[in-house]
Amino acid sequence: MSGFFYCENLVGGYGGENILNDCSVSVNKGEISVIVGPNGAGKSTAMKAMLGMLKLSQGKVFLDGKDISNFSPQDRVASGISFVPQTMNIFNELTVKENLEMGAYLREDDLDETFEEMYSLFPILHEKKEQMAGELSGGQRQQVAVGRALMTRPNVLMLDEPTAGVSPVVMDELFDKIIDIKKTGVAIIIVEQNAKQALNIADYGYVLVAGKNKFTGKGSELLNDTEVRKAFLGG
Amino acid sequence: MENYDLLNAIILLANFVIVPALSYGSQLALAALGITLVYAVLRFSNFAHGDLMAFGTMIAILITWLFQSWGLTAGVLPTALIALPFAMALTAGFCLLTDRIVYKFYREQKSQPVVFMIVSVGVMFIMNAIVRFIIGPKDRTFFDGEKFIIKAVEFKSYTGLPEGLSIKSTQVLTIVIALITMMMLFYFLQKTKMGKSMRAYSNNEDLALLSGINPDRVVMITWIIVGMLATIAGVLYGLDKSFKPFTYFQLLLPMFAAAIVGGIGNPLGAVAGGYIIAFSEVMLTYAYKKFFMYLLPTNLEPDGLMQFLSTDYKFAISFIILVIVLIIRPTGIFRGKTL
Repeated sequence: MSGFFYCENLVGGYGGENILNDCSVSVNKGEISVIVGPNGAGKSTAMKAMLGMLKLSQGKVFLDGKDISNFSPQDRVASGISFVPQTMNIFNELTVKENLEMGAYLREDDLDETFEEMYSLFPILHEKKEQMAGELSGGQRQQVAVGRALMTRPNVLMLDEPTAGVSPVVMDELFDKIIDIKKTGVAIIIVEQNAKQALNIADYGYVLVAGKNKFTGKGSELLNDTEVRKAFLGG
Repeated sequence: MENYDLLNAIILLANFVIVPALSYGSQLALAALGITLVYAVLRFSNFAHGDLMAFGTMIAILITWLFQSWGLTAGVLPTALIALPFAMALTAGFCLLTDRIVYKFYREQKSQPVVFMIVSVGVMFIMNAIVRFIIGPKDRTFFDGEKFIIKAVEFKSYTGLPEGLSIKSTQVLTIVIALITMMMLFYFLQKTKMGKSMRAYSNNEDLALLSGINPDRVVMITWIIVGMLATIAGVLYGLDKSFKPFTYFQLLLPMFAAAIVGGIGNPLGAVAGGYIIAFSEVMLTYAYKKFFMYLLPTNLEPDGLMQFLSTDYKFAISFIILVIVLIIRPTGIFRGKTL
């Protein structure tokens, strides 16, 4: 395995049975890697493991050539990895602007420029910046969540099912935004249920089954692979 | 003549209901803010808050005595006001010490809130004992300086009305200091980075950690603020009435009622709750006989005291309000967290 941010041969779980059994994922700057697979395949778990929220019995995580396997989640965030959880991913009792500010909590420098970047990427956030984030619609909340994660100006952005529970139109919109973010040179890892759409925008795809890499390849290759299509993309 | 009666009735009400309730409400509001902050950030009901107030007040009294022995006073203002900042600092330190010795252990164990609550009862007994050891259980008055801003007699001779209005300097001090404290607290919570991170941590702990907010720092700042608020509330209450450790313990019920009625975990709710409880307590235990004598024609004058409840039952009022709110709107007026 190689890449800007990668993990290899992860084995581990939440204490009971292992959920990850030899799983490897990699992503490069300015690229999107997508993790897909059936329910319970350990997709989200793999992502949590890369963030250090899981006890691993085997495997290593590397960022920019450096072994960060022993870093706490906080230290990983500080070294440039941002994570958007699937649920509870905003401060719903804080305003949109405060949400973004909290995302940049670790930064001591001037935030004005980053705010401008966020507002041009997500114009709706500028419009609603004084509103409580909890009062926004599902798609808008996801934008707040992604915006918060981007405020640290991360090198790596990890998204856990960003399109869960949003309408197809909003989903397309979100994917467009993610492509915009990728173009700024961020390495992006996405865990997705909507495998087809996700592989469409992916540079690289990983199909996990029972915590193990089953298929790996370019997004377009996986989309056209008959075996993958039959098993995971509904023909 | 009619007009004067109305004026007299209003003055009477101001004298015995509005001014006392405003100052008592301010004291409750400050106390409830401390409870609500612990609940919001540390996620447990702190039963030791009443005794923490007693501890802070005791420190303020000891420092006041020291200053008085040096001949240092604040002129027309109570000497305790000079002692207050020192007492606030020491009590905040005491809170940090308690956290280090007691609560930190349970936080690291990731104990349930109910465990924390029981632990806080233990802390309450210890604080209770410390205060009684050091200063004793007696009732103490530590007020000095000018007692009244407006005296009833002066008011009568000035206005020529039969009904006098007296305003104690402690009442005005309480309201002014409470307002300044609340404004500073709300500014801190709404506008500063530290305050926002406290709200963020309270709202969504996991995401706060993911954002790099340091939980130890949030906990530390919370205890410092709670210690300072408890001392201010305790000293103002003690100046206005008197200091007796047991009374401070008893204040726990109206304080919790205030925090819960407003919506526990919500600072704005704690303030509103403080005034609601105070006004209910004072209004429902006041004898309105004289008030109606002013307003009603002579033949309709009431025979009884026109008192809804005896003042002995004032704690029952907080209790009843608490029960009603928990049944009808468990999250409180300002939608705090559900208990």
